Amino acid sequence: MSAMANSTTAGISPPLAGGSPPSSERTTSLLSPLEYVGGAFTGFFEWFGSLGIFAWKVLRAAVTPPYEWNELIHQLDEVGSKSFPLVALAGAAVGVIISLEARYSLSRFGATSMFPVTLVYTVIQVMGPIITGLVVSGRVGAGIGAELASMKVSEQIDAIEASAVNPYRLLAATRILACILMLPLLTVAADACGLLTGWFAQTLVEPLSFHRFIESGFQGSTFNAFLPQTFKTAVYGLIIGLVACFQGMRTEGGAEGVGRAATNSVVLGSLFLILADVVLVKFILVVFR
Amino acid sequence: MAIAEDIANKDAKSQESGSAPVIEVENLHKAFGAQNVLNGISLSVSRGETLAVLGRSGTGKSVLLRILIGLVKPDSGSVRIQGQDIAGLSLDGLSTIRMKMGFLFQHAALYDSLTVRENVAFPLVHHRRDLSNAERKERVTHLLAEVGMEGSLEKMPSDISGGMQKRVGLARALALEPEILLLDEPTAGLDPISSGEINELILKLQRERQMASIVVTHDMHSARTISNRLALLDKGNVVIDGKFEKLQQSDIGFVKEFLKQS
Repeated sequence: MSAMANSTTAGISPPLAGGSPPSSERTTSLLSPLEYVGGAFTGFFEWFGSLGIFAWKVLRAAVTPPYEWNELIHQLDEVGSKSFPLVALAGAAVGVIISLEARYSLSRFGATSMFPVTLVYTVIQVMGPIITGLVVSGRVGAGIGAELASMKVSEQIDAIEASAVNPYRLLAATRILACILMLPLLTVAADACGLLTGWFAQTLVEPLSFHRFIESGFQGSTFNAFLPQTFKTAVYGLIIGLVACFQGMRTEGGAEGVGRAATNSVVLGSLFLILADVVLVKFILVVFR
Repeated sequence: MAIAEDIANKDAKSQESGSAPVIEVENLHKAFGAQNVLNGISLSVSRGETLAVLGRSGTGKSVLLRILIGLVKPDSGSVRIQGQDIAGLSLDGLSTIRMKMGFLFQHAALYDSLTVRENVAFPLVHHRRDLSNAERKERVTHLLAEVGMEGSLEKMPSDISGGMQKRVGLARALALEPEILLLDEPTAGLDPISSGEINELILKLQRERQMASIVVTHDMHSARTISNRLALLDKGNVVIDGKFEKLQQSDIGFVKEFLKQS
């Protein structure tokens, strides 16, 4: 029926009786990509609109008592303590990688004396924050997304609400705040591990005392050179927590929905984190330099 | 025999209470997309009264309960709980009303990361901060003993059967001593013996606590056992509302068919 209507609207003659309608098939095949793009466009704005409403509800719940201190402390442990080993390992690996690459590049230009400052600035200003953000997005984002999605499909969130407890306050606000508070601390940990292993990798080739390394690396630096890059990870935490809680608490569709929520939490969290970094880097350069 | 006496006692007490309705639903409409689930439902329940809502699967029975607890917003119509219209209330505004209500979900909806004891203590932890740990523990133990689950305090929900989960869910629903109890298919999925035990438990609690209750079920035997009144839904409307004898005497085709198949 709709194919024939579309044919008439497009000025193409209706199909002959008994035959297959090639013109209406062409019309339908032309419309399908358009419908797809239109649907994706609408869905994009709908998603952001829903996210905005969700963020507002969480903010309102977070600033009104009673506060869920016990749950917040529990989440600080989940997000912070339990992510530390992974973040430290990632930071250590990044330190070694940068050390190897930097030594090779600097030696080509006869600038090996610049190694300490290169490693320090690269780790603290660039790699430490982004690697920490992506690792935590993978571990914590997926965990929060899956946990809340599982609770949603098994009606546990409804049960929380039926017990006159605000789920935005108990579940979402605590997790998001834990992510915001823990990301800068985890970044410091990743940076420290990166500098340590980077120094160690360099020392194996060209002995340099750790004291000398630190002195050279931070020579002439101010707090403005490093603190904004570390504290910008609080914004990463906001993105990771908000996206994961949003995806989890709107899940539908059983086990498949839970899997989709976990995947989307990681993918979207990581994507928005990187996009936000573009804006944050520019903001820091303008405001703090 | 004991059950028949209980029903007679329930009827007598609900007539004595004779009070203004605790739950009032008027001309309630709800649609999900193109599907009309509730088409102008009206009913009321008084203190000490138990109304069983029956109907075929997918006729909006559970949606009605979710509207009463505020989990779903109606498209139109009014819902009054103890005289207060809840339709326009915010999440925090609903909290005061919800503290007077207990809700048993169809699959119990226990928090799977908490023990049985922690599940029942959950409402007390959040709303009775005046209680000491010892007082809270005593209340939880008493509640679980009421439902016959005092030996499972430290078990996880995954370690207990479906019937046991429903008992724990019921204990949690009663934690704040509600004046209103909403039960969504309390015997669904249970064997006949477990169903009978849940029915006996609900009867005992109603006898002791005199709550206004609505039980959603498709189990006619369970409905007759635990309720004073029955309301039969079809295509989103209340086809008949009254005691079981009224349903038996009805000439409405759907009612006859439903009773015949029950």
